[in-house]
Amino acid sequence: MKFLISLHINPAVLDALTDEEKEAIGVGHGRFIEELKESGELILTQALVDPSQAAVVTVRNGQPVVTDGPFLEAKEFLGGFYLIDCEDKDRAVALAARIPDTRIEGLGVEVRQVMFSDGNLEA
Amino acid sequence: MTAPTPPPAPPPTPSAPGRGPGIEDLLRGLTPQVLGTLVRKYGRFEGCEDAVQEAVLAAAVQWPSEGVPGNPRGWLVTVASRRLVDQVRSDRARRERESATAAAEVVPGEVPDTDDTLLLLFLCCHPALTAASQTALTLRAVGGLTTAEIARAFLVPEATVAARISRAKQRIRAAGSSFVLPGDADREERLRVVLHVLYLIFNEGYTASSGGELDRADLAREAIRLTRSVYAQLPGDGEVAGLLALMLLAHARRPARTTAAGDLVPLEEQDRTAWDRALIDEGTALVKEALAVPSLGPYRLQAAIAATHADAASAGDTDWRQVHGLYLILERVAPNPVVTLNRAVALAEVEGPQAGLALLATLDADARMAGHHRLLSVRAHLLEKGGDPAGAYEHYRRAARATPSLAEQRYLEGRAGRVRPC
Repeated sequence: MKFLISLHINPAVLDALTDEEKEAIGVGHGRFIEELKESGELILTQALVDPSQAAVVTVRNGQPVVTDGPFLEAKEFLGGFYLIDCEDKDRAVALAARIPDTRIEGLGVEVRQVMFSDGNLEA
Repeated sequence: MTAPTPPPAPPPTPSAPGRGPGIEDLLRGLTPQVLGTLVRKYGRFEGCEDAVQEAVLAAAVQWPSEGVPGNPRGWLVTVASRRLVDQVRSDRARRERESATAAAEVVPGEVPDTDDTLLLLFLCCHPALTAASQTALTLRAVGGLTTAEIARAFLVPEATVAARISRAKQRIRAAGSSFVLPGDADREERLRVVLHVLYLIFNEGYTASSGGELDRADLAREAIRLTRSVYAQLPGDGEVAGLLALMLLAHARRPARTTAAGDLVPLEEQDRTAWDRALIDEGTALVKEALAVPSLGPYRLQAAIAATHADAASAGDTDWRQVHGLYLILERVAPNPVVTLNRAVALAEVEGPQAGLALLATLDADARMAGHHRLLSVRAHLLEKGGDPAGAYEHYRRAARATPSLAEQRYLEGRAGRVRPC
């Protein structure tokens, strides 16, 4: 079963962390990736640039309009994701619990099953 | 890496065609035999499996242009054995040991003519492995599929499957498994695991667990092929016959299960003339055979239910009393909320929708079923039959939101649209 583990970040929360805490997050993700690769459960992971670098695209009356900045005036943004293939939802949740973000108040880790897949998986 | 060289080859078969299903099928059939021969001889499942994969690859490249050797199995055993020698040598060299003795250990000898498919299945379905690893290893070591083919079938990257297979092999080695049949006490239990893995492979092909593609027939066909080979070795086991029958009967309906647009067609609306009669006849005969074997098991009973459906010329002709009776027995033999759910459908046909709904109510307290899309969709279906379109609409919509299958979601939304209150 495929699941997307999405990481919801809050730039203000991240800014408030000490250097040691930030480093621990980086190390924790690195270890998590290695574990997933070794167990054959990782499909793909990507991290996104800061939400301030986002562009929101709309087309009205056939005219594209591009606005700088994130779509929602929210505190939390999508920071990245893990796409995994594992036994069942319990396993996906157990894996998600190893992500360092789960230990930090104000950061969110969400698990949802994938419903449709396409694309070049060899990439 | 040394390229495997073929042994002095007998003259190529004159009729040897170019690349085609002939060679592919031949290689798939030979893979477990060759692997079995090597593992019997040298132990070290892990190394043998790699060596056989490389020999099969060499054959796939060479045979189409050079012709199939007169003894294809002997060719593969020789090439794989040489590859294993190379591997052992390089392992030894790495450990700075004398390499000459290693070569002496693995000398290809004569090839005994035995089918080791079952032994390999027992090994691949080792209880120390997760179902995903058992499945991947079985498809590669016994099914003869390449890592890339398995990756495509499960829509995951090749590296993911490769990691899974290599980890599975490590675990088997760590568990200290030898290449012998498990003892009588474990054998029965291990066979259940094997059948379950084959069932999972079939189901993955029959209904994709997620994704837009409803049917990945290749995996279903592969599961049938492997189950046939188990049946050939254990024809007296009622559950093996039952599982094969269940697969054949389900596969027979494949042409009628989806519309040209890929939409799901429920059993009662399927064009039964499109069902594959030959598969149904074979499946039905197997069910009769399986039911004659004492102590009923779940695969036989499910196959008997499928056979009852296959027996009805139209949905209206279905012997629902028999279906319900079989579900009652199945509930006793293998209690499971999904079985109860299916029995509710049959009960509704026999005694009316209210009886079915009353049985469904007993499942609400079951944590495994509460909010499950199948419970929601069956309830929607029975509410529709019972003349409660508003309730049916709500449950179809909730079921559509809960299902992980895109095809099923489209189907449920379509049903919701049909009963939508004005």
